[in-house]
Amino acid sequence: MLESKGSVLVIAGLFFFALAFVSNALVPAMMYKDLPEKTAEQLVTANLRYQFEDLARRFPASFEKHMGKPPEDAAAREKWLNEKCAESLRIGRKVYVGEACWHCHSQFVRPVSNESRRWGPVSESWEYQNELQRPVMFGTRRVGPDLSREGGRRSNDWQAAHLFKPTLLSDGSVMPEYPWFFEGAPDKPNLRGLALMTYLQWLGSWLESYPYYEEYTASSLPADAAPSEVAAAGDAPAAGEAAAPANPAEPAADGGAAEPANPDAAADTEKKEASNAQPTDAELEAAKVAIPGTKPAPPPTGDPQPAESQPSPTESKATENTNPPIDPAPESETPQASTPPAAVEGDERPPAPALPEALFRTASLLMQAI
Amino acid sequence: MSAQTLQPQVVDTDKLVDRKLVLYFYLASLTFLFVSMLGGFLMALQLIRHNPFSGIELFSPGRWRMIHTNAVAYGFLANGLLGSMFWAVPRLTLRPVLSSHLSWFIFIAWQAVVLATAGGILFGQAQGLEWGETPTWIDPVALLGLALVVVNFLPPILMTPGPLYVTLWYFMAALVWTFLTYAMGNFMPEYFVTGSAAGAVGGLFIHDLVGLFVTPIGWGLMYYFVPILLKKPIWSHGLSLVGFWGLAFFYPLQGIHHFLYTPIPMFLQYGAVISTIAVELVVATVIINFFGTLRGSGSAFITNLPIRWFYTGMVFYFLTCLQCAFQTTLTFQAIIHFTDWVVGHAHLVMFGVFGLWIQGVMTYLMPRLLGHEWYSRKLCEWHFWLSSISLFAMAVDLIAGGLVQGTVWRALLPWEVSIDASMPFWVVRVFTGIGMFAGQIVFYVNIYRTWQLGLRPAPAAAPTSTELPAVVAAT
Repeated sequence: MLESKGSVLVIAGLFFFALAFVSNALVPAMMYKDLPEKTAEQLVTANLRYQFEDLARRFPASFEKHMGKPPEDAAAREKWLNEKCAESLRIGRKVYVGEACWHCHSQFVRPVSNESRRWGPVSESWEYQNELQRPVMFGTRRVGPDLSREGGRRSNDWQAAHLFKPTLLSDGSVMPEYPWFFEGAPDKPNLRGLALMTYLQWLGSWLESYPYYEEYTASSLPADAAPSEVAAAGDAPAAGEAAAPANPAEPAADGGAAEPANPDAAADTEKKEASNAQPTDAELEAAKVAIPGTKPAPPPTGDPQPAESQPSPTESKATENTNPPIDPAPESETPQASTPPAAVEGDERPPAPALPEALFRTASLLMQAI
Repeated sequence: MSAQTLQPQVVDTDKLVDRKLVLYFYLASLTFLFVSMLGGFLMALQLIRHNPFSGIELFSPGRWRMIHTNAVAYGFLANGLLGSMFWAVPRLTLRPVLSSHLSWFIFIAWQAVVLATAGGILFGQAQGLEWGETPTWIDPVALLGLALVVVNFLPPILMTPGPLYVTLWYFMAALVWTFLTYAMGNFMPEYFVTGSAAGAVGGLFIHDLVGLFVTPIGWGLMYYFVPILLKKPIWSHGLSLVGFWGLAFFYPLQGIHHFLYTPIPMFLQYGAVISTIAVELVVATVIINFFGTLRGSGSAFITNLPIRWFYTGMVFYFLTCLQCAFQTTLTFQAIIHFTDWVVGHAHLVMFGVFGLWIQGVMTYLMPRLLGHEWYSRKLCEWHFWLSSISLFAMAVDLIAGGLVQGTVWRALLPWEVSIDASMPFWVVRVFTGIGMFAGQIVFYVNIYRTWQLGLRPAPAAAPTSTELPAVVAAT
């Protein structure tokens, strides 16, 4: 009987498969059927809108070119921004999938291996009930870090420069370069670049702990930036600031992106984090007026945004120099208004130890683990 | 067994098999393996920061990584397995497949599907499903192709009277499973469910693709070729039954073990873990069965090349399943999930087991398809040793690297430390990859030379399938 065609076809082929399908696929589907699946439009939160409008401020020319001009009328503009933001999420997800980002970056924080200390709250089912998780982007490999709480941790400038050429910002990164998200320079993202950055900033934007910074501290590891250097570096960008406020309506003149480290902006970020990451109404109001084509855009706190006499972005050397001092605050675990990038790097990632040393350390850790 | 022993007397089995078709499937299979290896090589170079094509969109390592896995699954393995089925099924059932025209249509259509998949991925249209990145617009076409495969192969199997031989259980079930798996994996998480449930289906798809498509056809081929080459029946029919039915029951239940510690309900995760451990016991019975068959003719392992390929693959199979039983437990998962351990495991399964088996079958059949003895036995040996040793070195290297990565992460060391600590393992991986690649080059040269020899006006001694060429026989 066990060798007959009928039993092989029906029992093994169909019945066992159906059994597995019911238990492994239908049961979870039924368990979550009460969790509503959100559309991209429903995913647009204040956190995400803040970042989306930030893209408009930082890359005014690119934003206008690829997203269009927002309507003048306040209500219409609001609607327009939400629609564009949702659309960007969808495109951004396509790019994220098409470029196989998800093969090197996972999107779930496990309750083990200290992951919640490194990345934030353990992932829960409701977080994945939305149309951007069809199919779900859990991922199975981490060459780079988990991204499910990436939103808000780093500025759009950081993301742009990093996507353009990761080694500009992370020494020794093995991430590929993605210059095809840009029109020649990191401050000129194209539609794919803008959409992908929107998508990245969306990750984790639904959480209370947004943005989440690592809990682990650098205290046990050697710091490399001397305080004097820190101070010097902190002052450096300020010297280049012009007094005139940025005028996003003339993006060609100032390049729009790659702003210098702005103590006020950093302080603002700190405040933002302290107030549990919800942008205040004032901030949001300020952000709304910050759309290109409306009027000169102040940063969220209302302070005039300094424009930099920026070198031509086509010079890669210049790009390299101007990019690192971008909004360092979001990537340090305790944002300090005057912390320059060098110190930030020292905080978050100490100098990579020599290989034998690293191996020795990991070996000893391995021994402990066993 | 009966079908096999009757074979030579009843029908001229050589007329049942379209050798040219089998040869073409094998050539397509090897071509895609070549492409896949190039893709893997590019990603490996990226990881050691030596990507020569950095910043060129069409050489994006991420996209080529997806081409790497898809070319292996649908190009190399699917073509190799289909070609072998076109050889084995008619000879086992003593009947031709449904239609020769359909067979050729399947061949062409399948290559079109694989090429379109590669093209789609290359231009950024991948679907967000691991091992199923085939762009969504190709999915229905591929599914139709799989339906044609079922239609083509089922008639000769169903027309065979009486109980079936082991191989045909596996083939028959695999035909049904592959179709269902492909439909489930490519459509359900894309159109019907979302989030964690989509993850569960995705895990099931990854798992079933290996377990219900590649594994049963692979074992079916082993049950067919090993008794022929050793000239004796399989050791225990009872264990064959245990192996097949155990696999059929337990294998599909394990999909979720790919996503342990996710928000997928915990009791489902436990279920997946338990059935994984159960299937390892089943695997043990199959391995015992095959080594019981080898008993008494152990020298064939050394002298008979295809047997060596097959049994080396089985040793790797046992290792990888043993590894799986450990790594699927939650204790191990905490450390090794997301690391190169899994990548090493995947290489050990896909190339170390099924890749070796297919290449073993090719080593056996190529002289018969090309009408001439292998050009060089020495090159055959080089092919074997380069492939198997390099593969094993790669697997060991990546598995060890995975342990280091997992430990560094848990220790909350900065991310860059894990990159630096991985670097020596990644460098070694490149060289083991080059070793595997070299093995393929040797194989291609050998095939080309053999083919040229076969073109010459053959003396009467051209081997037919019923006689064993010298390379294969114990010399």
